[in-house]
Amino acid sequence: MSQTAFETTAYSRRRARMSQAFSVLCLAATSLGVLVLILLIWEILWQGLPWLNARLLTSFPSMYPEKAGIAAALVSSLWLITLTALFSVPIGVGAAVYLEEYAQASRWRSLVQLNIANLAGVPSIVYGILGLGLFVRALALQRSILAGSLTLTLVVLPIVILAAQESLRAVPNSIRQASFALGATRWQTVWHQVLPAATPGIMTGVILAISRAMGEAAPLVAMGAAATFITFIPLSPIDEFSALPVQIYDWASRPQPEYHHVAAAAIVVLLTVLILLNATAVYVRYRYGKRIRW
Amino acid sequence: MSRCRTAGIGLALGVLLVGGCSVLAGGCSRTTVKVDGSSTVQPITDAVGEVFHDARPDIHVIGGRSGTSGGFEKFGNGEIDICNASRPISDEEKEACAANGIEYVSFEIAFDGLSVCVNPKNTWCDCLSVEQLKAIWQPESAVSNWSDLDPAWPDEKIKLYGAGTDSGTFDYFTEAIVGEKRKSRGDYTQSEDDNVLVTGVAGGQYSLGYFGLAYYENNHEKLKLLGIDPGDGNCVKPSQETVRANTYRPLSRPLFIYVRKSSLERPEVRAFVEFYLQNVDDVVVRAGYVPAPEETYGENLELLKNTLSSLKPGV
Repeated sequence: MSQTAFETTAYSRRRARMSQAFSVLCLAATSLGVLVLILLIWEILWQGLPWLNARLLTSFPSMYPEKAGIAAALVSSLWLITLTALFSVPIGVGAAVYLEEYAQASRWRSLVQLNIANLAGVPSIVYGILGLGLFVRALALQRSILAGSLTLTLVVLPIVILAAQESLRAVPNSIRQASFALGATRWQTVWHQVLPAATPGIMTGVILAISRAMGEAAPLVAMGAAATFITFIPLSPIDEFSALPVQIYDWASRPQPEYHHVAAAAIVVLLTVLILLNATAVYVRYRYGKRIRW
Repeated sequence: MSRCRTAGIGLALGVLLVGGCSVLAGGCSRTTVKVDGSSTVQPITDAVGEVFHDARPDIHVIGGRSGTSGGFEKFGNGEIDICNASRPISDEEKEACAANGIEYVSFEIAFDGLSVCVNPKNTWCDCLSVEQLKAIWQPESAVSNWSDLDPAWPDEKIKLYGAGTDSGTFDYFTEAIVGEKRKSRGDYTQSEDDNVLVTGVAGGQYSLGYFGLAYYENNHEKLKLLGIDPGDGNCVKPSQETVRANTYRPLSRPLFIYVRKSSLERPEVRAFVEFYLQNVDDVVVRAGYVPAPEETYGENLELLKNTLSSLKPGV
């Protein structure tokens, strides 16, 4: 098409300007987010790095900030996310497979679906109160890692289900039909075709959910489960425990400014673990993504 | 291949669940003393727990911070041995304990002064009377500007900072100042974290807030401490001395631990409480609080001795 008089009118110049302004606006929004993140990380590193050392990782809470450490809290948090993953993955993926692959469209299905979407938005402290009544008291698990991770499972389960459903939905329907056409049962289709194809997406969702579980303090505090003072490393799921975010919250609210530095150093550790988890998610997505050849 | 993997996961699960100890056996053989309750008292109990653990590495004290009310709820349910409390037990909490057959004994272990602070740029106000504080903090308060308290003071809005409603500090302050527990104006910045209140008061010339004395002491260069006149014309500022001598009134409060009597039958709880009452003075100041008067410690030990002998004749 050749240049026409129409395109050089004031109207089109205004359109071009608007378009440019919009892209600048979007850039500003992005930079604002990144800037806040950089500021946050800078502030934490500046406060926490000088306090980050082997002693922090190997000692227990102390009345002397320079002796205080996160040994119990870190191990507890690793326990919590491991067990939470063990509980939430089979249940979450199972529920997603049922809803996507088996359940017929019905009022029952949409009711369940609506509930899951709503549960994903419930504040985590509510699950803490449920956990206190159900796991700590009714099931008599007391203030154990098991009770804590079951509660965290409730917190992340809706997220895992929704993420898994999303990835199952992304598997092309032609794959299922091809599998059926070759005589495969629904079980064989799901197990050998659909699930492997959906694995990268499911894993990403799971790891993001687990990262969230690791950063949760509110439900554990509401359960009265995670201790802020503990002098041993929990070795089994029925042990009492602490948790990194709870420990950080405790130190950050102390009056002595030295504790705020210990809290910042603990935040650096928490962030490191979270970044490692997220990096795993990226790696899994990359590696499994390459494997699928139809 | 996949069967192998499934078996592996099952085995891993089994090992995880059984761990070092057995679920069926009802727990590890670790000896613990369970404490929960007030986040104000918690640093003191944690500190005693730390020194105690050095002396008795075989006993583990586990401390939480559910708040005084949360702590008493668990205490009344028989879930913990000791409850940290920044106020005495309430009637409803007493009933809950009685309903579950839980008998207890309480010890006064330290004092805390609630400081009322303004911004250092505040040049006009050095002291407030309890009457003035009540005028500021009562529900539907007519005080909005500094000039409402004294016509000579600036006609600027007072920015208020105070305790969140879940804290024992809120219960105590409202009872001491407004005269009725948990009655307060609502239009002020609330936080359970006193550091937030410190930052707020330090950030505005016309602000006023109340929080634990330790938070003033650690931030004294950013704040100006007000004296309180209980109504007799004497202005007293909170300090280690005035809180301990009880001349800083009415905003100095005792802190307590509540110990379940049946827990005292367990040697580890007995050892910890004994150690607590003997050594708490050494850690109180470090934790930011004021030791109770000398005679209180003697009375506490006497009370413990009497309680123990009532449990088992001859202990």
